[in-house]
Order: sequence, then structure tokens, then C-alpha cells
Amino acid sequence: MFELVRDIGWRTVDNVYGLGGITLFGSRLVLETLAPPYRLRRVIDELFNTGVLSLAIVCASGTAVGLVLGLQGYNTLVRFGAEQSVGAVVGLSLVRELGPVLTALLVTGRAGSAVAAEIGAMVATEQLDGLRMMSVDPIDFVTQPKALALLISMPLLSALFIVFGLFGGYLVGVGLLGIDAGTYVSSLENNIDFRNDVLGSVLKSVVFGAIVGLISTWRGFTSAPNSEGVSRATTGAVVQASVAVLMFDYVITALWGVGI
Amino acid sequence: MSRSPIRDLLVGVFVLSGLAALGYLSIQLGGATYSGPGGLTLYASFDEVGGLAPRSPVVIGGVKVGQVKKIELAPDGSFRARVTMDVDRKLKLPDDTQAAVLTQGVLGNQYVGLQPGGSETILTNGGEITYTQSAVVIERLIGKVIQSLGGSSSGDGGKPAGGGSSP
Repeated sequence: MFELVRDIGWRTVDNVYGLGGITLFGSRLVLETLAPPYRLRRVIDELFNTGVLSLAIVCASGTAVGLVLGLQGYNTLVRFGAEQSVGAVVGLSLVRELGPVLTALLVTGRAGSAVAAEIGAMVATEQLDGLRMMSVDPIDFVTQPKALALLISMPLLSALFIVFGLFGGYLVGVGLLGIDAGTYVSSLENNIDFRNDVLGSVLKSVVFGAIVGLISTWRGFTSAPNSEGVSRATTGAVVQASVAVLMFDYVITALWGVGI
Repeated sequence: MSRSPIRDLLVGVFVLSGLAALGYLSIQLGGATYSGPGGLTLYASFDEVGGLAPRSPVVIGGVKVGQVKKIELAPDGSFRARVTMDVDRKLKLPDDTQAAVLTQGVLGNQYVGLQPGGSETILTNGGEITYTQSAVVIERLIGKVIQSLGGSSSGDGGKPAGGGSSP
């Protein structure tokens, strides 16, 4: 009994301690991003790793999701005789929800895990200590470019995901199911609003980029300096970032999407 | 990491294509749907606009010539709906043009259909279309049919749901 209470207490303290740690780490990241030196070279290299190398998976997934949405939307709408609205269904679900969220989950799996594993391996092989010995701040030099690159590439990848999804929906709706091309496009354009839909979508993907960047770098940075620590850091980064993305998705939708 | 021209090029292509996709989403899909010339603002008051919404198309003979900008209650306190439309400035519409709220198909989107008249005077910027026809609200239509089928005793209380109205 005494053991149990002590265990709960220790876990609570540990969690609060971790929350404070990630907050301090995040504010350091923001500070280092705003303050010179800007390390543009490092950011571009990391943009290649997180953005360009994620392009293929994001575009392929976007097209596949668009194809499925077109089919499913048609199958549902045709029961109500409203198959003319397939464009609106595909467009609104992609822009408002699926684009930002699925891109964030894909990037977490594709790039966030790699970031956590790379930083974790640097901790395990004492490279970060080597940097500190040369009085180079590892937060500024190693983690900040990676987090910033994730933050920048997330909205861009999400927009590409949506455009490829719309194209997939067009392929199924117009090519396969015989909806008029003009009807598809005008149903799309008439139903998507700039402030409510597009701006909310961009806001979501920016927040998701910040979440994934922060959690992946933090988990790598605090991993235990051994091979088990690296594997724990990678798993933890993917799991925590995915759950955080889904939770924040609800919060942003509730705050932004429902009101007029 | 060293400087690599191909890698930099790929990053540039990635950033530009991402920005292009963002621009497409916000301008083509989110922004003005009517990409044709606007500039002529017309007003029309309806008893009932149904599901008409801002950015609904304004159509003459099936050709899109503008879009609805704003829908509000008329400021004169008559509880009618005042619709602000933005249409092609080059149109020379007679001042006895009729405006009607119509529906694409049975459950489709609603739009404003204009039916030009034969008057000599031309509507100018800020002009008011006086001959309007309200949207047909299917529930009221069904209600009327049920009422007329149900019994002859009930008096004809309400005014016609989709009837024409004069200013």
C-alpha cells in the first residue's frame, strides 16, 4: 500500500518534471530560431531530409486517399441522389481534416522517427558531449534546424497532400463514375471557404509541424545513452507525437471550425 | 553536411511546389470563385432566399455572369432579404430585369437567375432589381399540398409560398 502510493507520487513528479523539461526545451528552440546565427545551410539540409524525402509518400498517400474518398463519397451520396456533391465531400474532408492530420501522421512516421533516432544515436555515441566540449550548443546546432525544418515542411506537404487528393477524387469521380468535370470543380470551389476551411487547414498543419518537431527532437535529446534508449526514444517520439496531433486536432477544430 | 547543388535544387523545387499548392488552395478554391470580371453591384430584395449563400452564382440563360456577395435583412424594416450581387460590369441589363432564386436539380445548390426585360433604361452601378421571385421552399409546398388534399374546410390563410412578389 505504502509502495503503491509512493509509486504514484513518483510518477506524478516525474511527469510534471518532464512537462517542465519539454517546455524549457521548446522555449530554447524558439529562442535559438529567432536569435542569430541563423544556420540557413543546416536548415536547408534538414528540409531535404524531412521535406523532399517525404514527398513521395505524401503524394502517393494523398492520391490514394482522394481515390477512396471519391468512391466512398459517391456510394453514400448516390443514395440521396446528391452525387453532384462529390467534389464538395472530397474537398471539404481533405482540406478540413484529412490533409493536415494524415500528413502529420505520415511525417511523424517518416521524418520524426528519423530525427529522434539520429539525435538519440548522437547522444549514445557522445557526439553531443563532444559538441559541448567545443562550446557548440547542441540545441542550437543539432536540434533547432531539425525542428524548424519539420515546422516549415509540414504546411507545404499538407497542401501537396490535399492537391493530390483532389486530383485522386477527380480521377474517380470524373473518369470512373462519370460525373461532369465542371460539376466536380464547381462543387469544390463553391463549398470551400478561405477563412473557415483553407486558413484553418494551414493553421492545423503549422501547429502539427511544431508538435512533431518539438516532440521528436525532445525525445531524441533526452534518450538514455545506449541502444535501448535510442529505440525507446524513436518509439516514444512516434507514439507521443501521433497522440498529441490527434488531440490538438480536436482542440483546433473546436476553437476554429465550428464558429462562423 | 557539405553544399550539394542537386540537393539544394530539390529543396527549392519542394518549397516552390508546396507554396504553389498552398496558393492554389487559397486563391482558386478558397478565394473568389467567380474569376470573371465583376464591378457592377446590383441589389434585389426577396421574401425568401432559401439556401442561397454568399458566393452563389448569378446566371443569365445558364451562363455565369457574377456571384452573390452579401445577404442581409433589408434596412427598411420590411423583413425581406436583401441580396447584394457582383456581376460583369459590361452587362447592359434593362431596369425591368427579373431576378429569381432557382435550384440546380431537386436538391442542388441555389443560384440567382436573371431574366432581362425589354426596357430602354439600363441598370447602373448600385441599381435595384425590383421584379423578384422568391425561392421555392419545398417544405411549404408540401405543406400546402397536404392542406389542400386534407380538407376543403380550412381557409387559405397564408400567402403563396413561391409566388411572385411586387416591391
